[in-house]
Amino acid sequence: MALNQEFVGRVFRSDEPYEVSRVKIVDFADAIGERSELCRDREAAQQAGYPDVIAPPTFAFVISWRSDELVHADPDLGLDFSMVVHGDQSFSYSRPLHAGDVVVATTTVESIKALGATSMLFTATDISTVDGEHVCTTRSSIVERRQ
Amino acid sequence: MALSYADIEPGTEIPPKSYRVTRLDLVKYAGASGDFNAIHWNERMARSVGLPTVIAHGMYTMAQAGRYVCEWAGDPGAVTEFGVRFSAMVPVPDDDRGATIEISGRVTNKLADNKVAIDLTARADGTKVLTRARAVVRLP
Repeated sequence: MALNQEFVGRVFRSDEPYEVSRVKIVDFADAIGERSELCRDREAAQQAGYPDVIAPPTFAFVISWRSDELVHADPDLGLDFSMVVHGDQSFSYSRPLHAGDVVVATTTVESIKALGATSMLFTATDISTVDGEHVCTTRSSIVERRQ
Repeated sequence: MALSYADIEPGTEIPPKSYRVTRLDLVKYAGASGDFNAIHWNERMARSVGLPTVIAHGMYTMAQAGRYVCEWAGDPGAVTEFGVRFSAMVPVPDDDRGATIEISGRVTNKLADNKVAIDLTARADGTKVLTRARAVVRLP
């Protein structure tokens, strides 16, 4: 059974804003080996013109993925997550995420494609502050292989 | 060593770098990112779905490519656009050496607003693990 085409155009949004914390940014920077002081030292970040320590570019995925999961977990979509691999990923930033940001993610299902037994799901997730300032748009595709 | 937009020309090669990834790195990344899919840390689970061994998160590999660009630019906030396609998996053996991701890059274009476009290549064990890997970076 292919993925439910009626999902194309649907919008998913969590009610809970995501608060970007300094500790979480450092944890993430440590995990990927990013050593820049701009991710760790508030004063250094401020001297570079940022309000607080900034997140590495792929950090936004931590936020967008939580929102994408609202789509994946919807039983009406018909996705078998155990057969999923990540296809494409992109980020388009208006500015870096920084500690203290409180953001909301809104995910739109852009398209669903079927190639034989394989299905692809394309989503775009908009990350904006609770005040409505755009920070980042992420795009993901996931591939579901059927046996 | 600060880079400047004025000094960069299309065709500028970014010195290649190698990044090692071990099982411990994947466990740390799972915790930091919240992606606890067992194929990234559990040999038994990885094999049960037909994988040769534990594989790195695609986003871990993308993060290394991002780190490479940020190290070159000298500012993790310099990246304004960044996109990849995941073209092959990165198997990470259960030893102290792990796997090595080799990344190189080249400036393709100078854009408006002090931005430059970069094409990236990422290989593990000689296999291209990212394709269509491109970033746009704003330089001073």
